[in-house]
Amino acid sequence: MPPIKRTKFKLTSEQLLEMFYWLKLIRAFDERLSILVKQGKVRSGVYTGIGQEAIIVGTCFGLRREDFICPLHRDLGALLMKGVDARTMMSQMFAKTTGLSKGRDSALHSGVNELGIFGNTSMLGANLPVAAGLGYTFKMEKSDNVVIAYFGEGASNVGDFHEALNFAGVQQLPIVFICENNQYAYSVPLEKTMAIDDVAIRAEGYGFDGVAINGNDVLAVYQATQGALARARGGDGPTLIECKTYRWHGHSEHDKAFYRTDEELAMWKSRDPIPTFTTYLRARHVLDDQKLKEIESKVEATIEDAVEFASSAPDPSPEDAVSDLYA
Amino acid sequence: MSKELSYLEAIREALAEEMRRDPKVFVLGEDVGPYGGAFGVTQGLHEEFGDLRVVDTPISESAIVGISIGASQRGYRPVAEMQFADFISCGFDQIVNQAATLRFRYGGRATVPIVVRAPSGGNVGGGLYHSQNPEAWFIHRPGLKVVAPSTAFDAKGLLKAAIRDDNPVVYFEHKYLYRRAKGPVPEGDEVVPIGVAATRREGSDVTLVAYGAMMTPSLEAADRLAKEGVEVEVIDLRTLLPFDKDAIFRSLDKTNRLLIVQEDVKTLGIGAEISAVVMEEKFDRLDAPVMRVAYPDTHPPFSHILEGANLPNADTIAAALRKLAAY
Ligand SMILES: Cc1ncc(C[n+]2csc(CCOP(=O)(O)OP(=O)(O)O)c2C)c(N)n1
Ligand SMILES: [Mg+2]
Repeated sequence: MPPIKRTKFKLTSEQLLEMFYWLKLIRAFDERLSILVKQGKVRSGVYTGIGQEAIIVGTCFGLRREDFICPLHRDLGALLMKGVDARTMMSQMFAKTTGLSKGRDSALHSGVNELGIFGNTSMLGANLPVAAGLGYTFKMEKSDNVVIAYFGEGASNVGDFHEALNFAGVQQLPIVFICENNQYAYSVPLEKTMAIDDVAIRAEGYGFDGVAINGNDVLAVYQATQGALARARGGDGPTLIECKTYRWHGHSEHDKAFYRTDEELAMWKSRDPIPTFTTYLRARHVLDDQKLKEIESKVEATIEDAVEFASSAPDPSPEDAVSDLYA
Repeated sequence: MSKELSYLEAIREALAEEMRRDPKVFVLGEDVGPYGGAFGVTQGLHEEFGDLRVVDTPISESAIVGISIGASQRGYRPVAEMQFADFISCGFDQIVNQAATLRFRYGGRATVPIVVRAPSGGNVGGGLYHSQNPEAWFIHRPGLKVVAPSTAFDAKGLLKAAIRDDNPVVYFEHKYLYRRAKGPVPEGDEVVPIGVAATRREGSDVTLVAYGAMMTPSLEAADRLAKEGVEVEVIDLRTLLPFDKDAIFRSLDKTNRLLIVQEDVKTLGIGAEISAVVMEEKFDRLDAPVMRVAYPDTHPPFSHILEGANLPNADTIAAALRKLAAY
């Protein structure tokens, strides 16, 4: 099969602005969570995706409700884009009854079948065989829905990753595997855990294509995803897209990240996906000061409202600890 | 009087001393290298012993255990770290099918001197996948040994014993105790033998058996009962497989009443086994039914309200003791 071309999937000005809104909202959501952790208001492990937002926006943008996503610990934005409202998401992080887990878990361990969101456990890679199962049903039903499954480069060393990709390749399943290669798995840099430069080449061993792209360029991510989605929807099987990126914060908010240099971080911050996209939009006269202000205040209002809602939402009661164990 | 260490430091000291004593001892796991482990247990080891003996592995629990087993067949004594006990499920097969059965399959002509360290337990706001107590999975598997220290002294002494043991040992270290439990530690070659319980408090009215982080509320409850005129004998199991039946029986000969306290869920935890053994062999000594205080049969929720409702505490333990004493 030929490599994915950067086919031009056209986007209108409105769509471009919508993408921009999502980038800003997801960034703001994570930044707020980071502050809430420091204030002791959110007590869970928070794993931000700050710096990696272009991957989520570029892959989730334009998905159908019926398509499934299998997000991971940094992919809070994917849940928002797939239809979980900000209030519910914030409640989840506050461990309130109004969250997806009703206070039983605060992290991204919950899903919503009606919205096409699978909630993984903490076990890295464990979402990938599930993605294969979801994709298999689309194949059985001859539908053209797809699954987007996310994983870190670190998780591509887990056995589950290989078992899932093998099955997806054999069965030609409609899955787009998105590797968020942020260079580190907790403290360990990529070169200490794999003897290859690009996770993308792992796809070859399972009989389908893998490409490595700039994960900080939202349009590049979008174009690559659209190409892969078109193939998946058309019955041509899975694709692996490796998005090279970097996480700005520590592994979790408790990690000081002493294992990397300030220079490295500064270099990646200079590749911040948001200003890059802002410049692009301004140059095309899609975005001006007026629109920027509108979007920024909408983002701020959404976050404020969500925090307000979650803070005053009811706590779970002890009975909730032992219910919902069986249907 | 020897020096005082925290439980966490005691584990680190045991590792360092054993690595100095025996060049065949090495550690492997995720982030255990320069970073010093997710909790800092292996801090300083990489500096002292280098890359080859302090191995930062990929995220591959099954491989971490499998590699340990392989090395053990060539005379090495690997100490594998699971980042959280919850993730031991990802290395389960290698532990229960490969390690536990090897000697049996080899006609008694080989040993598997590995240790799998697993930071377990709740009360740290960890939620579903960072709070579990999966010890019962392993006490159900002949060929393994399972230990769970509650003091800094035992943390060091049992780890040294585990490293020197020729059998696979699963070593549960309780996260709640890491920095909270402090005390003297054994010096030099002194170890804490596997399979021997410790009597933490003498008493003649009720026997209370517990381990790990449950020791603190158990002793507190025993103190309360003493003020009410009931003398509770408190036994710290320290080893769960094989557990010290004789110590329990000796105490029962005095008290004729038994309470078992476990942080693990109630159904088929170690309490069930101890209770059954006591029924079979000590029925005539019992003046009251064997009772258990345990975690309810549910998953550890994140919300501190829910977690607090689930965890056994001095109140619930004292209530059970009163019931037993009055029986
Ligand atoms: C099976 C398993 N082992 C260990 C962990 C602990 N852990 C959580 S995140 C992480 C690093 C993940 O790295 P990567 O997959 O690259 O994703 P990133 O966090 O960089 O986005 C580790 C080791 C886990 N969650 N699951
Ligand atoms: Mg990573």
